[in-house]
Amino acid sequence: MAQWWSSLFAGMSPASFFNFSFIPKYASFFTRGIAYTLLLSVISVALAVVPALVLALMRLSKYRAVRSVAGAYIAVFRSTPLLVQLSIVYFGIFNAIRLPNTQLFGFVKLSMFIPGVVALALNSAAYVAEVFRGGILAVDAGQNEAARSLGLSSWQAMSLVVLPQAIKNMLPAIANEIVTMVKESSICSTLGMMELMWGAKTVGATTYITLSPYVLAAMIYFCINYPAGKAIEAIERRMRRGDRR
Amino acid sequence: MATDDKILIRVEHLTKVYGNGSIVALSDCNLAVERGEVVAVIGPSGSGKSTLLRSLNLLETPTSGAVYFEGTNLADKNVNIDLHRRRMGMVFQHFNLFPHKTVKQNITMAPVKLKVLPAAQANRRAEELLARIGLSDKANEYPAMLSGGQKQRIAIVRALAMNPDVMLFDEPTSALDPEMVGEVLDLMKSLAQAGMTMVIVTHEMGFAREVASRVVFMADGAILEEGTPAEIFDHPKDPRLQDFLSKVL
Repeated sequence: MAQWWSSLFAGMSPASFFNFSFIPKYASFFTRGIAYTLLLSVISVALAVVPALVLALMRLSKYRAVRSVAGAYIAVFRSTPLLVQLSIVYFGIFNAIRLPNTQLFGFVKLSMFIPGVVALALNSAAYVAEVFRGGILAVDAGQNEAARSLGLSSWQAMSLVVLPQAIKNMLPAIANEIVTMVKESSICSTLGMMELMWGAKTVGATTYITLSPYVLAAMIYFCINYPAGKAIEAIERRMRRGDRR
Repeated sequence: MATDDKILIRVEHLTKVYGNGSIVALSDCNLAVERGEVVAVIGPSGSGKSTLLRSLNLLETPTSGAVYFEGTNLADKNVNIDLHRRRMGMVFQHFNLFPHKTVKQNITMAPVKLKVLPAAQANRRAEELLARIGLSDKANEYPAMLSGGQKQRIAIVRALAMNPDVMLFDEPTSALDPEMVGEVLDLMKSLAQAGMTMVIVTHEMGFAREVASRVVFMADGAILEEGTPAEIFDHPKDPRLQDFLSKVL
């Protein structure tokens, strides 16, 4: 099987686009890379949701100081490159904290994975916070007033009346953030996290097949994100149809 | 401060300024509402009627002045406004029913969440209220399925479910198609006849004349004249009121 496969690519240059002769031997770099990438991105966004909600509510606070703190956080994380944030988190914060040497699933080293997830989540929180804020503002102010006029507290009005209506507007944007994170998490390869981009780089360096591993990585990223994007669109359409306003 | 037991709401020197003092929405308003009274607030648009009404339950925070409700100054920052809002029902121009909740859930949410009534009792009360307005069959519908008049009547009973001491109406019929105004006014009239204290911002002069025990005329953020419907509509003294009535009657 492996022999038949490599015969398909016999005589191809190492620099050619579609020299996939490395696949049988190095498939695990890509399968584990996919798993690592998905773990990084999904967990990061999931972890970002609660801080993002807190940030969004802070941004909508009536107290200027509270608004400014959240605003500053969002400004910093949106105005600096993710790679810089990642490096600062990895070499700065997690240099001081000792992490366990445990490996998840036998290949996800927690001492690397955790700083990666933390950096991505901190970054994601800034973007998701703005999604939340937009979603909350899109709900008619009268909804909040009606809830408050009945005697509900501001948190009850938010959690019982405003957020359930806002979430419908926000879900597609949050799903979109996961797609963005699937792509952006490739930056973690620079620190040696064994995600998909790292797999491609390593295979290229080992086999001297310089181009095709990246082409394969691109195809895999596309095959994850394009259907995901289409699925999000479909969900969005369904939500609009069921709109009961 | 208000000591008179008959007085439910007393507004003293209420002023509301927007921006950096550039827009004066209310200037030195004084008003007392007795228990069982139906006060209609009329005046041209932009006169501050709605701002005054919304100040009564602190949906608008006064810049200065006091709003006494059952003897407590609601404008005092140390007052827990949520506790007092339970006793003040409010009805909005645009209904503001919760679109993600059924009609019944709209009515039971506040009493249950605020632990005013146990769920079973709140349900029973919602059913009684819906029966009273003839909309029992809509209990499990969502607001989107209802007409404007039905929505507003449900918004009224949603406020009534909290068993309030006063009902505040902010132009309750202004967003309705003409043929639906009557059903909402009829419900309000029956409330008034049952002795509910009501403050109503309205453009329905006929209704104000018929139902109100007192009419308040506002212009430019100030209360210019108040009196019985007969005094206001038949013998207006303030030239602004005379001018206003000549346009709307």
